[in-house]
Amino acid sequence: MDLHTLTLRQIGDGLRDKQFSAEELTRTLLARIKQQNSRTNAFITVTGESALEQARAADARRANGENGALLGAPIAHKDLFCTQGVRTSCGSKMLDNFIAPYNATAVEKLANAGCVSLGKTNMDEFAMGSSNASSYYGAVHNPWQLDCIPGGSSGGSAAAIAARMVPAATGTDTGGSIRQPAALCGLTGLKPTYGRVSRWGMVAYASSLDQGGPMARDAYDCALLLGAMAGFDPKDSTCVDQPVDDYLAQLDQPLKGLKIGLPKEYFGGGLDSRIGTATHAAVAELEKLGASVKEISLPNLQHAIAAYYVIAPAEASSNLSRFDGVRYGHRCDNPSDLSDLYKRSRSEGFGSEVKRRIMVGTYALSAGYYDAYYIKAQQIRRLIKNDFIAAFKEVDVIMGPTTPNPAWALGAKGNDPVAEYLEDIYTITANLAGLPGISMPAGFVDGLPVGVQLLAPYFQEGRLLNIAHQYQQVTDWHLQAPTGF
Amino acid sequence: MQWETVIGLEIHAQLATQSKIFSGSATTFGADANTQASLVDLAMPGTLPVLNKTAVEMALKFGLAIDAELGMTNIFARKNYFYPDLPKGYQTSQMDDPVVGKGHLDITLEDGTVKRIGITRAHLEEDAGKSLHEDFHGMSGIDLNRAGTPLLEIVSEPDIRSAKEAVAYVKAIHALVRYLGICDGNMAEGSLRCDCNVSVRPKGQAEFGTRAEIKNVNSFRFIEKAINHEVQRQIELIEDGGKVVQETRLYDPNKDQTRSMRSKEEANDYRYFPCPDLLPVVLDPATIEQLRGELPELPPQKCARFQSAYGLSAYDASVLSASRELADYFEAVNQVCNDAKLAANWVMGELSSLLNKDNLDIEQSPVSAAQLGGMLLRIQDNTISGKIAKMVFEAMAAGEGDADQIIESKGLKQVTDSGAIESMLDDVLAANAEQVQQYRDSDEAKRGKMFGFFVGQAMRASKGKANPQQVNELLKKKLEG
Repeated sequence: MDLHTLTLRQIGDGLRDKQFSAEELTRTLLARIKQQNSRTNAFITVTGESALEQARAADARRANGENGALLGAPIAHKDLFCTQGVRTSCGSKMLDNFIAPYNATAVEKLANAGCVSLGKTNMDEFAMGSSNASSYYGAVHNPWQLDCIPGGSSGGSAAAIAARMVPAATGTDTGGSIRQPAALCGLTGLKPTYGRVSRWGMVAYASSLDQGGPMARDAYDCALLLGAMAGFDPKDSTCVDQPVDDYLAQLDQPLKGLKIGLPKEYFGGGLDSRIGTATHAAVAELEKLGASVKEISLPNLQHAIAAYYVIAPAEASSNLSRFDGVRYGHRCDNPSDLSDLYKRSRSEGFGSEVKRRIMVGTYALSAGYYDAYYIKAQQIRRLIKNDFIAAFKEVDVIMGPTTPNPAWALGAKGNDPVAEYLEDIYTITANLAGLPGISMPAGFVDGLPVGVQLLAPYFQEGRLLNIAHQYQQVTDWHLQAPTGF
Repeated sequence: MQWETVIGLEIHAQLATQSKIFSGSATTFGADANTQASLVDLAMPGTLPVLNKTAVEMALKFGLAIDAELGMTNIFARKNYFYPDLPKGYQTSQMDDPVVGKGHLDITLEDGTVKRIGITRAHLEEDAGKSLHEDFHGMSGIDLNRAGTPLLEIVSEPDIRSAKEAVAYVKAIHALVRYLGICDGNMAEGSLRCDCNVSVRPKGQAEFGTRAEIKNVNSFRFIEKAINHEVQRQIELIEDGGKVVQETRLYDPNKDQTRSMRSKEEANDYRYFPCPDLLPVVLDPATIEQLRGELPELPPQKCARFQSAYGLSAYDASVLSASRELADYFEAVNQVCNDAKLAANWVMGELSSLLNKDNLDIEQSPVSAAQLGGMLLRIQDNTISGKIAKMVFEAMAAGEGDADQIIESKGLKQVTDSGAIESMLDDVLAANAEQVQQYRDSDEAKRGKMFGFFVGQAMRASKGKANPQQVNELLKKKLEG
């Protein structure tokens, strides 16, 4: 049996039926990471020894009669989830020397469920990017075409799963950072409702938009992982105290009567027509399963990117102030005084995209500009949210392409940050409105995977997983593996 | 030219919560450096704030006590600036929507008039840590124990017109927060700190002059001195043809000077924006009513009650209600002796001078309220005279026990046996036969003056123990013969 090809669900079955042990599985995957990581650069840190310890502990728990679905399941964490005793770099030189002194709540919850963490995955620096090219640890390569980007910012998690180094991983999504790399790497990725997964221990990029979630090969595995990650956490004031649904139980519900909204604005200029075709084909599959389709309008979509690139940098400029060279992280050599310590530590520690967003955000919050930028952006954010609330009175879910284009060649947008920002057009609104969204594989363009996105009302992650799962019962896009992996 | 001073004060009161405003760390003063700094206080990446409910309740109690509009939806905002003792690179504070809005506080001036001082707002925020500039060989140390201690910043209207008024206002705030039990008021430990905004203008001019802000003045005495110094500096500057510049100044108590810290041009752009890690605080009217019910009796009400219930003068009542501890002490004494005027006289007289002499707070008084009350009972039942009572009081202060023990062991019990007093008086008169004769030869006016001599002799002969009233009566009878 090729253990590295198994999904979380298959792994759970295999462990339960004693076809292999968690330790055996972990050794296999660690060996595979060793062999494949140089091709993709998906992992920043591999925690082999602790992974084996966790695997043995999981085996012991199974031997004692425990049978949790994730007990012994190997995963990886995006390198902005704090992991106690393990470097948590955020893809930045700034935190290259930072060993987290505590676990993020999501990490803790998954560990309690018995997950074995194999290591920390690469990412755009401080989650700022859509290509994973801004990492201090180097670009990540898309396993489907190694000279292409895997998407970002959770590009390392996506590439690691696509390259069959790990069956699932955590990601975070501030403007599309789970859904976009999932789409570009042929995976299923879910951004939960804001407040569904605790942000405690997730290094903040933009606090009002950040949300952690699962990335895996199919909806079933995402449901498994989300069930373990989600839930109220008193340490995060923005986390919502609401029971977690039984996502697995909802997967098999029939789609008959489902009303799907297609926003006309999602199919306009800028969209690669082949992705448009793939999206319509996916819609047709869901119609076959009993869904009905209706055209809707989200008129404020056109303002979304502008609003996002004010709000997110504004919050980031403040969130990243703590990286000052005083208590942890990079400190310049021989500072001559306090001002020199700040200036050089931050200039040396941050990469150019992070600096760009800190400057944009600082500007947007400055006296005399605050009303024109920050307040205006918040007003647009409210309008976008209202668009969705109105739309969800007519339809159950909203569907469209996840990205306007498939993965682009590494370096292709290097000198044009705005061109890269535009790639987030379809994903960004869910963050601004706080809605849950899922991306699932829906075809290929020039050998590169493309995804479709579904958005649902607040806390209807179960509905999204249900639709994706039903779609994956009648399609095989999610079963494709990149050649050579 | 006649100058008028305009003062507005910003008082930072550390709230007496057990834990910090956004983390579970303790707030105890004086612990070893960084032993009360958690992951949140250190601003570790990925950590998040959780608001301390008690801090909000304390702020609301203050708001209720100053009859303020309450921020039924109040919002925390980030004030962004870099400093090593500010670990997140921003201070979580409140800007547009503070927990306490407009209110007011009445202060009593020296001439007895009452002045109403407007309070613009009071908002919650976190304290910073401390930079330590000694013992680090050209470097600075950072102690984050204080970082995240809850502060209530109380901003007054520019209604204050002199340094004395400013001190009266700060004292009234000090008394109030201690009455409410929301701040220990310990100014030496920085629990209550004051920034003074001072400007001057020609008397009669409507618009304000340019103000200077004197930062962190930490005692009543320094507030008065710093303001007076700053007023003088501004007047001299203007009269010499100069202009006051808007700036932040520091008061140096050793030199009794203020000096410039930074000008307006150097001031930070704090880039306030709502903190996305904290939800707006939405208050429930029922909570407000519950807190209102928990409010203790406050200084103005207590002062009024002391006058109406105990018949004290306005002055006595205001002195005794100025601090909750003093008022409690007074009432405890009165509880025992049931004579408010007598209790008030002793608390404000002998007890206050004793405490002043040894620089003690009322809570540190070596004579307990029960002890003092017990002694006053012995005055009331004529066991001792007021004069003997002073001796007993001193003995109690020296730790020699309760009044009854001291009276017993020192034999201070007043002599009320008229036979014994009469025989003692007979001895006194016999020993002073010449003066007796003179007395009897004198007219009424002269007799009055001489009578005191005989009382003195009699009291001396009885070592002060004879009941003075009886001595008076019997002596008069005998002299009149």
